[in-house]
Amino acid sequence: MLLKYIDDFRDPAAAKALVDRIRRAAGDAPVRLMEVCGTHTVAIARGGIRPLLSGAVTMLSGPGCPVCVTPDGYIDAAIALGKDRGILLASFGDMLRVPGKSSSLEREKGAGLEVRVVYSPLDAVTLAAAAPDREVVFLGVGFETTAPAIGGAIRTAAGRGVKNFSVLASLRTIPEAMGVLAADPEVRIEGFLCPAHVSVVIGADAYRPVAERYGIPCVVAGFEPLDILLGISMLLRQKKEGVARVENEYSRVARPSGNRKAQDLIRDVFVPCDTGWRGIGVIPSSGLRIADRYAAFDAEKKFGYSVVYAPEGSACRCGDVLKGKILPVDCPLFGKACVPEEPYGPCMVSGEGTCAAYYKYGGL
Amino acid sequence: MCLGVPAKILEINDGAAVVELGGVRREISVMLVDDVSVGGWVIVHAGFAIEKLSEEEAQQTLSLFREIADATEIH
Repeated sequence: MLLKYIDDFRDPAAAKALVDRIRRAAGDAPVRLMEVCGTHTVAIARGGIRPLLSGAVTMLSGPGCPVCVTPDGYIDAAIALGKDRGILLASFGDMLRVPGKSSSLEREKGAGLEVRVVYSPLDAVTLAAAAPDREVVFLGVGFETTAPAIGGAIRTAAGRGVKNFSVLASLRTIPEAMGVLAADPEVRIEGFLCPAHVSVVIGADAYRPVAERYGIPCVVAGFEPLDILLGISMLLRQKKEGVARVENEYSRVARPSGNRKAQDLIRDVFVPCDTGWRGIGVIPSSGLRIADRYAAFDAEKKFGYSVVYAPEGSACRCGDVLKGKILPVDCPLFGKACVPEEPYGPCMVSGEGTCAAYYKYGGL
Repeated sequence: MCLGVPAKILEINDGAAVVELGGVRREISVMLVDDVSVGGWVIVHAGFAIEKLSEEEAQQTLSLFREIADATEIH
């Protein structure tokens, strides 16, 4: 039964037909499309889609890996919370190796810092409820997909009176970042392949301002190889017709107006704020902070720590990779001073980072 | 990080559901979705069902893929 939703979306005959269709629709110069989401980046690399389309389509990788765009000041604040206050940290696994200014959670863990890897933010609430004499801080990193889960955990803790649980929030919203990239003349994006699961929450219609204001076609696509190829083919058709609208290939899960319950929860627990994106800079209204009515669950307020965003200054070019300005291979550190075992920049750390995907799956 | 996995609901008890994920039974929260039922499919992310999977829409997309594949074979 499950196979129906996996194997059928990987049918080689349909994939070949779609690749032919894309090649026929492409013009003389390769069309510049951006896959915004890191999960798409990995699926494209794993599926070998880039070489199949070479010459017809250039797929640029966007800023859609939450781990990669979390500023190093956040890691520093998390480490300080654990070290100075003896707080038990709970985190998604992919945050552990992200380098802060001078260390990472993984390195500190080796030196005695208490960090628990959890699958769900609710597991961190359970952890806190089981240890009422310890403060537990969940490292709440993510996009709109993850914000409802983190908000749900805060509400659950509030409802159950788990007072020793709080969240160090670092949540970002995708359409605002797409707007910045769309307006950047150096990036020259001709179409956005929009994230699957961010769109499940915010709805396909959320990209209409990007399509309308910047005249860039947008297609929401699922994460299976056929989803991606059909999404690309739909983007090329829009370009050929000279239109820029939002279309939805992932209609089996993402609705035009998204998940209203999840949106209501986000609006209840969080408030939009300006926030810094590692390698990109501060983007107005692109973050979510914990609303004042849930201040008791906001680790920054509870413990008086604040996350400082400071632009990075080093040879690492993750910022240009995240904006689609260069390919990982164009960075002087790629594959030399920066490899998955010893990452220098965040794009090499996360399994969904563009540099890690390029390193693992070859030159592409 | 925004990976979501399709899972079939095996049990529902009071705001929580049991699904099978990668061969392991696991409890997830269904606080973000209305009207889930045993046997239905949801997309699971970080321990929460974030949406129901529409079988009808899935079938429509699959038939579109079949049409595209068939159209090429004829040419």
